Amino acid sequence: MSALQAAVLVLVAGGATAVVLTRNPTRQVVLLSAYGITLALLFTAFQAPDVALSELTVGTVILPILLLVALAKVRRKEE
Amino acid sequence: MTPGLRRWTFLVAGGGLGALLVWGFVGLPGFGHYPGPYGDLLNSVAVGQRHATDVVTAINFDYRGFDTLGEEFILFTAATGVSIVLRELRRERERTAVDEAAGREAPATSDAVRMACLVLVGPTMLVGWNVVSHGQVNPGGGFQGGAIMATAFVLVYLSGEFIALKRLSPVHLTDAVEAIGAGSFAALGVAALALGFPYLDNILPLGTSAGTVDSSGTIALISFFVGIEVTAAFVLIVGELLEQTLLVRGDR
Repeated sequence: MSALQAAVLVLVAGGATAVVLTRNPTRQVVLLSAYGITLALLFTAFQAPDVALSELTVGTVILPILLLVALAKVRRKEE
Repeated sequence: MTPGLRRWTFLVAGGGLGALLVWGFVGLPGFGHYPGPYGDLLNSVAVGQRHATDVVTAINFDYRGFDTLGEEFILFTAATGVSIVLRELRRERERTAVDEAAGREAPATSDAVRMACLVLVGPTMLVGWNVVSHGQVNPGGGFQGGAIMATAFVLVYLSGEFIALKRLSPVHLTDAVEAIGAGSFAALGVAALALGFPYLDNILPLGTSAGTVDSSGTIALISFFVGIEVTAAFVLIVGELLEQTLLVRGDR
């Protein structure tokens, strides 16, 4: 395993922990989006560019926006 | 269940799960040691057999095209489900949307965000199209490129204009594009059957040399169909959910 791969693995583990430990849902979504970028880096470092491209768009744009929309709706109901 | 009993249940279940995980990890092949035969086999024959230099795309759209067809219809079904469920809700809520809107103006999008998003729409679309059309040559393909192109539509919304997003992607058009994409993939398989070949067999000419856009036969065509299907499915899902939320918020 190269130093780059080890570094990205540590980054992903740290990112995942940060997402789980965040309590505010809106912040959690933003962090999840950033975590998607670290996952895309991981797939790139492990020579899976096809997967990295999927993760980059689905993990950092589509999934967060779906979650944000859902949060907006839930919050509206609570008001 | 008392707290004590619950703790013991957790400790037993957690310990069991941990033991299974450790057992599983110990049995994994060493880092970088791929044990299966298929990956190495396909890596050595795919470029010659299919003229596709991205072996991953060749596998997805040809060697195991039937599995990908099933995955394609998972997304298709999800998009269909979202639009059916939310369209019902929209009709229910539309009557009350006006009342709820009173005194609830959404803050306007800042010019900086609007500008940044609008500048990115064109390049994002171009990158997505490039990824779709070069799936057989470079990393990427229909799914990845489709998701990137859908991101371009999301950027239109983020630039502050839901109305513009709706005008760019009318529901009927998006529905039709999604159905044409998914249906053409399946129909291509039937075309192979009609010509007397196995389902989804690569029936088109493979092109003269590997690594060019017009090579790889049906792989490039399927990548295109998957690309428009994925774009339409994501645009449909995001659009429906946005509309649902905005209507309920009474935002325009």
